[in-house]
Amino acid sequence: MTSEYEPWDEARGAEIIAAHAKLEGATLVILHALQEAFGYVPEPAIPMVAQALNLSRAEVHGVFTFYHDFRKQPAGRHVLKLCRAEACQAAGGDALAARAEARLGISLGHTTADQRVTLEPIYCLGLCATAPSAMLDGRVVGRLDETRLDALVAEAQR
Amino acid sequence: MTIRIFIPRDAGAIAVGADDVALAFAQAAAARSVTIEIVRTGSRGLYWLEPMVELATGQGRVAFGPVAPADGPALLDAMTSNGQHPRRLGTTDEIPWLKRQTRLTFARCGVVDPRSVDDYRGHGGYKGLERALTLTADQILADVTASGLRGRGGAGFPTGIKWKTVAQANADRKYIVCNADEGDSGTFADRMIMEGDPCVVIDGMTIAGITVGATKGYIYIRSEYPHAVEAMNAAIAAAKRAGLLGDRIGGTAHNFDLEVRVGAGAYVCGEETSLLESLEGRRGIVRAKPPLPAHKGLFGRPSVINNVLSFAAIPFILDNGAKAYADFGMGRSRGTMPIQLAGNIKYGGLFETAFGVTLGELVDDIGGGTFTGRPVRAVQVGGPLGAYFPRTLFDTPFDYEAFAARDGLIGHGGMVVFDDSVDMAKQARFAMEFCAVESCGKCTPCRIGSTRGVETISKIINGERVAENLAVVEDLCNTMKFGSLCALGGFTPYPVMSALKHFREDFGPAPARLQAAE
Repeated sequence: MTSEYEPWDEARGAEIIAAHAKLEGATLVILHALQEAFGYVPEPAIPMVAQALNLSRAEVHGVFTFYHDFRKQPAGRHVLKLCRAEACQAAGGDALAARAEARLGISLGHTTADQRVTLEPIYCLGLCATAPSAMLDGRVVGRLDETRLDALVAEAQR
Repeated sequence: MTIRIFIPRDAGAIAVGADDVALAFAQAAAARSVTIEIVRTGSRGLYWLEPMVELATGQGRVAFGPVAPADGPALLDAMTSNGQHPRRLGTTDEIPWLKRQTRLTFARCGVVDPRSVDDYRGHGGYKGLERALTLTADQILADVTASGLRGRGGAGFPTGIKWKTVAQANADRKYIVCNADEGDSGTFADRMIMEGDPCVVIDGMTIAGITVGATKGYIYIRSEYPHAVEAMNAAIAAAKRAGLLGDRIGGTAHNFDLEVRVGAGAYVCGEETSLLESLEGRRGIVRAKPPLPAHKGLFGRPSVINNVLSFAAIPFILDNGAKAYADFGMGRSRGTMPIQLAGNIKYGGLFETAFGVTLGELVDDIGGGTFTGRPVRAVQVGGPLGAYFPRTLFDTPFDYEAFAARDGLIGHGGMVVFDDSVDMAKQARFAMEFCAVESCGKCTPCRIGSTRGVETISKIINGERVAENLAVVEDLCNTMKFGSLCALGGFTPYPVMSALKHFREDFGPAPARLQAAE
């Protein structure tokens, strides 16, 4: 399933911000909502969030950059996250990560040139008893082996 | 005839095909004009048997697993006839791995429909809250204290004392905060209970609220757990509809409301003060203590902040009494611990048992050794900040103090098993790498120490002046251990030093090479 995101639109951004601005400690909630709508947090949204929450742009920028989840630019059409934490390492995750990198021709943390696939490390999906595990566009997959990984990579490339 | 079957909606089960199995059953039933009720439960925690499908019978539930979608039609036929099938495991409660557990906190996980308050009640739920509503705050505190419950997040601080501190604080508002930022690799008990029995978390948090006089609670769930977020939100909505959250809960004078907040991929936010900063909408930078969160926590107000499993243990204690809980366990570790067996393990999953079971029993006997069939070489206990244990320490009993005495920690109860192909020098370097990536940056020992640690261990791996660099690593670890503000920098030395101490042979033949150079 490909995620469909809206193109950045200032009025839509303002609407999303306003919908959450009254919450206690709203910054992360708003950044999540923006990313859910647009696929990333567009730069023009940062001062708008700051204005709505009576914060400085630097403060909002600081929050935005602190957390691994928030994207500066859109990801590829599909996002494949491979768990790289200890439980998956113990179950052969290192070799599978290297295999995924080789098949996609990119290293972890990058997007293919055709913008189809973003390959990312993730530190623990909590699927440690069915390791190694991965997540493709929000769908969790456990007990990965070479065959299952290859199928996932092929699906992501479609 | 109508048959009632149970298929987990747990993320771990979905990851190995539970959704496809549910679809296969629905389609097979439609094709056969069989009326079927599929209840999507949590997982029983026997992950090597997932997807595990259960059938309601007059003699209790009967389990089948692991089930593939292709098994659907034949399995359905078996269920509607004599019940025989190669995947049949027998009566669920009689499966030895489940039977030998002591499930207090996880009693309902995998059994009930997580979205139904009625089902939760039907299985003994909300009795804890009902009793709490008849008690005074002091009486509840006495029960929680006498149960001996200690924080299940890892620090092991007595829950009763924490609650009492908040109860005694004067403030216009107080908060209950549930730490569901279960970032440790090898741990998934929080995820399982939130997905499989979210009502017990709500129950426990509500009891905390009425005890300390808080009217608002937050559950901070990591973003890597979308299924848990969905399950918690659904259960909160159900509890509100049932009048068990919101104003005048259960028709009493107490008000208590809950909200889920989602993290954003920062491991350090599992540290309680960093989590509070994040909840307040800021960078997850660790706060110096004191002031304790019990005095000045969320938005500067007195706050109870506990792990998911701590809250989930509370309803049993209130319902059955402190003694019933404290009767389990050893020494100062009372009650049960949901232990998570993970990594390269044959029988991985959730094993709730009284404190006192040994590491060897857990890994070899209960866990069945490695999945690959190779010898077990190391077990990391307690997440990325926990020590690596060799086989020679397999007699260590699962107990806060016993692990501490052997330079380890039980943390959140996760165990990651490695076979003999593991390179412990690389694992030690990974611990430093992880700390470097996830450090919030506030204190120098963690921020810079971890980066220097990666560089120095890399030199050792490359055989550069091994003895001298080992001394540097040891020195760095001491600085981090005693100079860091929180457990991230402070505990990263555990995996590093334990790898060095117990698996010295993986760090190069240092002394011999040094002598030759001299």
